Amino acid sequence: MAGTEPAAPASAAAAEFLLRRHRLRPAEALPWLIALGAYFAFPDYMALGTQILITILFALSLDLILGYAGIVTLGHAAFFGTGAYAAGLLSAKLGWSEPLSGLAVAGLCAAAVGFVSGWVLLRYRGLALLMLTLATAIMLYELGNARADLTGGYDGVTGIAIKPLFGRFEYDLYGHTYYLYALAVLFVLFMVARRIVYSPFGQALIGIRENVRRMHAVGSPVHRRLVTVYTVAAAMAGVAGGLFAQSNAFVSLSALGFERSATVLIMLVLGGTGRLYGAFLGAAIYMLLEDSLAKLSPEFWEFGVGLVLVLTVLFARRGLLGLLEDAWRALERLWR
Amino acid sequence: MSFAHFLSVAVGILLDGLAYGMVLFIISVGLSVTMGLMGFVNLAHGAFAMAGGYVTVSLMTRMGLPFELALVCAFVLVGAASVVFERLLYARLYRAGELDQVLLTIGLVFMAIAAFTYVYGPSPQPIKMPRYLTGSVDLGFRTLAAYRVFMVAVGAVMVAALWYGFERTSLGAKIRAAVDNRRMAQSIGIDVDRLFSLTFALGSGLAALGGGLAVNLMGLTPTFAIQYLVFFLIVVAVGGPGSVKGAVAAALMLGITDNAGKYLYPDGGAFFIYAATIVLLLVKPAGLYGRD
Repeated sequence: MAGTEPAAPASAAAAEFLLRRHRLRPAEALPWLIALGAYFAFPDYMALGTQILITILFALSLDLILGYAGIVTLGHAAFFGTGAYAAGLLSAKLGWSEPLSGLAVAGLCAAAVGFVSGWVLLRYRGLALLMLTLATAIMLYELGNARADLTGGYDGVTGIAIKPLFGRFEYDLYGHTYYLYALAVLFVLFMVARRIVYSPFGQALIGIRENVRRMHAVGSPVHRRLVTVYTVAAAMAGVAGGLFAQSNAFVSLSALGFERSATVLIMLVLGGTGRLYGAFLGAAIYMLLEDSLAKLSPEFWEFGVGLVLVLTVLFARRGLLGLLEDAWRALERLWR
Repeated sequence: MSFAHFLSVAVGILLDGLAYGMVLFIISVGLSVTMGLMGFVNLAHGAFAMAGGYVTVSLMTRMGLPFELALVCAFVLVGAASVVFERLLYARLYRAGELDQVLLTIGLVFMAIAAFTYVYGPSPQPIKMPRYLTGSVDLGFRTLAAYRVFMVAVGAVMVAALWYGFERTSLGAKIRAAVDNRRMAQSIGIDVDRLFSLTFALGSGLAALGGGLAVNLMGLTPTFAIQYLVFFLIVVAVGGPGSVKGAVAAALMLGITDNAGKYLYPDGGAFFIYAATIVLLLVKPAGLYGRD
């Protein structure tokens, strides 16, 4: 007994630490307050706002597999595109236009693709995995291209119509309803993602990221966990794609393209990986800057993105949130 | 379809495919060796090839250099410039994970595309071939485009030269040793870092040479760096990083299949290339001639 007594307060402290860590902090309300505030402050920019929210969701899904499980993928657009085509074709070809069930179908289709490809691919690592994810996404792209009778090829799927939300809320020309709809979907899925990363399952993912051999050694079912999180992330990316198709009433092959996979990766890294809110910051800042700068001069914008990416990798590997954290710590030290 | 017609079409597809495959080989072989040596995922390799294309075109149109000399200059200039990138940027990330390497080199690709668009504009660059390369070669039953024949010949010479360099010279032996086992090579006194710089320069130079040769075959726009990147990566991954033999085999297979697919089944040809790549990598994750 003497040996166990000192352990009791220690484990209580550990439990308290773990509870405190995943308790909602006041600061976490900030992004949602900003999003709601933007709804009232910038009613003319709701179309852009909706696309930002969708991209945040997409980046968030990538954060689950890249930031937490450490899976480097160059083909995440495969799931976004699958969801977008699922929701789009459901409405355009089958005439099913109820929005929420459309999103569910988008998520399920993407999850199915994620499960099958993840089951096969996640046994590999390194260059092979990188190439396999890349080739899978491009294969889907080429499949969409080959079945132009169904997907419309480069011209895309048109004629996507969405019924009013819950049969009540009509969509106005300025996208106000879409914005709130996308915000609500993002909030729900964010809470799911947050629940996942602070669960024992999420801790196991971090373990796999940090030291996969050790996780094998302690008997963790590594492959099953990776496939699980890959499927969940694919479903989230699929829902983002579904929102994209519904809000634009249009899907083209660019939803599956390599550019989309690369851009979401860049946004996430700029914001900061493995911390959920990096997706918010990265996607929002990237898209806001793109909206103003890319029109001004596409070349300078592209050069700037490349330069910032290189600098981030060399000097600010933890992204913008990491920089903010460092600045905050430095301020605190100064204060004392 | 008569037999003669079939033969004529088959020879045409084969020659075009071989010429395309040779360009893919010349561009990708440097990437293969550097990936095999350092395991560095260099997505900017296509940007060096593109730079080679632009250097070739510029030297020919602005300074009036002949095609062959311009190619040699592209090889030397881009090869030398690549060392600067290697020492300043790449060398910092040899021990970093793939993600960092991927991000750094994607950043470089973006910068390269933007810079070349700014200087040259987004439209394809015209290139004027010397007269002996513009005509056709008569085989009796059909004629062949002279440039394709030239490409296959250049490719064959490059394969032979690289084979000799790798198998019969001391530098080649050192590179093979370092690919096989970097630590062992280091411990018997091979300066792997310097070897890598040299290999990187040679590989980027070859990419530039390939880029110059590719202008007349594949066209040259600032998106070249990303448009064909997947094909370069497939050559490396399928052939096996670090294997010249693998790069030759993979590049020729890819060139011929892609060309045949475009000709015979234009809608879905590319789909089967990626499907075949995935199946091959699932069976042999280290590539055809790679080491596990």
